[in-house]
Amino acid sequence: MKYVIIGNSTAAVGCVEGIRSVDQEGPITVISDEPYPAYSRPLISYLLQGSTTEEKMRTRPADFYEKNGVTLLSGKKAVRIDDARKTVGLESGESLPYDRLLIAAGSRPFIPPMAGLDRVEKKFTFMKLDDAKALEAALTPESRVLIVGAGLIGLKCAEGIRGRAGSITVVDLADRILPSILDETGSKMMQEQIESNGIGFLLGDSVAEFGKDRAHLKSGKTVEFDLLVVAVGVRPNTELASQAGCEVGRGIAVDERSATSVPDIYAAGDCCECRDITTGQRRVLAILPNAYLQGEAAGVNMAGGEKSFANAVPMNAIGFFGLHVLTAGSYDGEEIVETKPGVYKKLVVKDNLLKGFILIGEIARAGIYTSLIREQTPLDTVDFDLLKQKPQLMAFTARRRAEKLGGAK
Amino acid sequence: MKRVYVNEEWCLGCHLCEYNCAFAATGERDMAKALKGMEIHPKIQIEGDNRISFAVSCRHCDDPICMKSCIAGAISRRDGVIHVDKDKCVGCFTCILVCPYGAVLPAPDGHAVRKCELCTDNACGEPACVAGCPNGAIVFEER
Repeated sequence: MKYVIIGNSTAAVGCVEGIRSVDQEGPITVISDEPYPAYSRPLISYLLQGSTTEEKMRTRPADFYEKNGVTLLSGKKAVRIDDARKTVGLESGESLPYDRLLIAAGSRPFIPPMAGLDRVEKKFTFMKLDDAKALEAALTPESRVLIVGAGLIGLKCAEGIRGRAGSITVVDLADRILPSILDETGSKMMQEQIESNGIGFLLGDSVAEFGKDRAHLKSGKTVEFDLLVVAVGVRPNTELASQAGCEVGRGIAVDERSATSVPDIYAAGDCCECRDITTGQRRVLAILPNAYLQGEAAGVNMAGGEKSFANAVPMNAIGFFGLHVLTAGSYDGEEIVETKPGVYKKLVVKDNLLKGFILIGEIARAGIYTSLIREQTPLDTVDFDLLKQKPQLMAFTARRRAEKLGGAK
Repeated sequence: MKRVYVNEEWCLGCHLCEYNCAFAATGERDMAKALKGMEIHPKIQIEGDNRISFAVSCRHCDDPICMKSCIAGAISRRDGVIHVDKDKCVGCFTCILVCPYGAVLPAPDGHAVRKCELCTDNACGEPACVAGCPNGAIVFEER
């Protein structure tokens, strides 16, 4: 069995490990358009901050490819899938045959049309290691940085370069920060935290037109800058899958086995959409744990085993200047809210299930809440009053606890 | 593999396992000198009330979601033990977000996490919580 994987990030690593848990022999070829072994993209802000190094960002040891019988074709771009002949065509003209193919092509920054953007000389996105290196090379202690986008990427970028830039201003069309993971209270709390660390916000505003070194905003304000970072969102890389005939919505459609609609073609990670069990809706869950679990399931199934990844939920662990935010699930339902200085906690309950939570400041043992969401544990089978106080295993029945703590499976 | 288990019916809730755990990590010879007046950061924690109590520590899961979710690739399996490379860990706390046992904890410096590694990360050899449990409630065995 010959395996080909397009992409070399978390979903690809999960796929390699999934394949090798079943098939130790079949050759695996990984195609990556980046010139690096697998590294953690979410760590690029930590790299600029100085809290990790390029070496430490590698997600697997240096012998990972060799040990797993993987041929890594780095700096090569897959441009075509021929699902009839079962080959992947590369930009260089080569053609690679496969028996089973994984598309783990990730996503790319979305750059909306913005008037005058071509006048800006020093503009950057912030997703890949090369993006971070380019930004770092241009950054000076005097740099005035304008970041468009107050989401996870834009704000992690702001934190990462805070100590290395003259000033940082973040503009977003939304009237609050991190709207994809936080509610209004949470957004406000995090905004205060980030502002108190010297980052400025212009919210509910957007760029009407760029000049060479300034942005004219819709509100009439003008922001002068030296460097521009565009971080308004990402788009799944679905083109190869579309061209191969795979069903594609917002992302590549996959089932619980990570199979696409085309035989022998699987897909995983940020290029996919899957079902969020807290809402029942299909969506792109571009988060790292999902990429691994989906990639791993793909690998096992590609190699002839059976693995299902059927309980995808959105979840994020992120911190800014020492204040941590842990969130999971969705927020439609009855709310149980607790606030005290420096702490915000919200649990969301619907249909006898915990559907989601936001924890800021006090985050200990949050995984107990996450597991209630992922396992869809009926809340009338646990002592939910205890769980409202704090996450604890005491809330489970003695029998359930014996299974959880006594068996270790 | 051998893991740490607690027999709930024998656990007194005395918290001595927490002290033995914190002490094991210091590498000191005298517990009083090592821990007196110190805030302790054990990797095992007692839960419960006056009737029921039990200790919780890393299960070294066969399907470790912390390892699979780690954004830094800092969590790996070494001879069965789920190990955190503190040098690679950036302290994002994704492992805390996903551990269904609440057994991964923030490290006191906030930049990494701490969890039980069955005393393979100190000089004890065998888990200190087990050796020091006065009622034999915590055991180290194959199940």
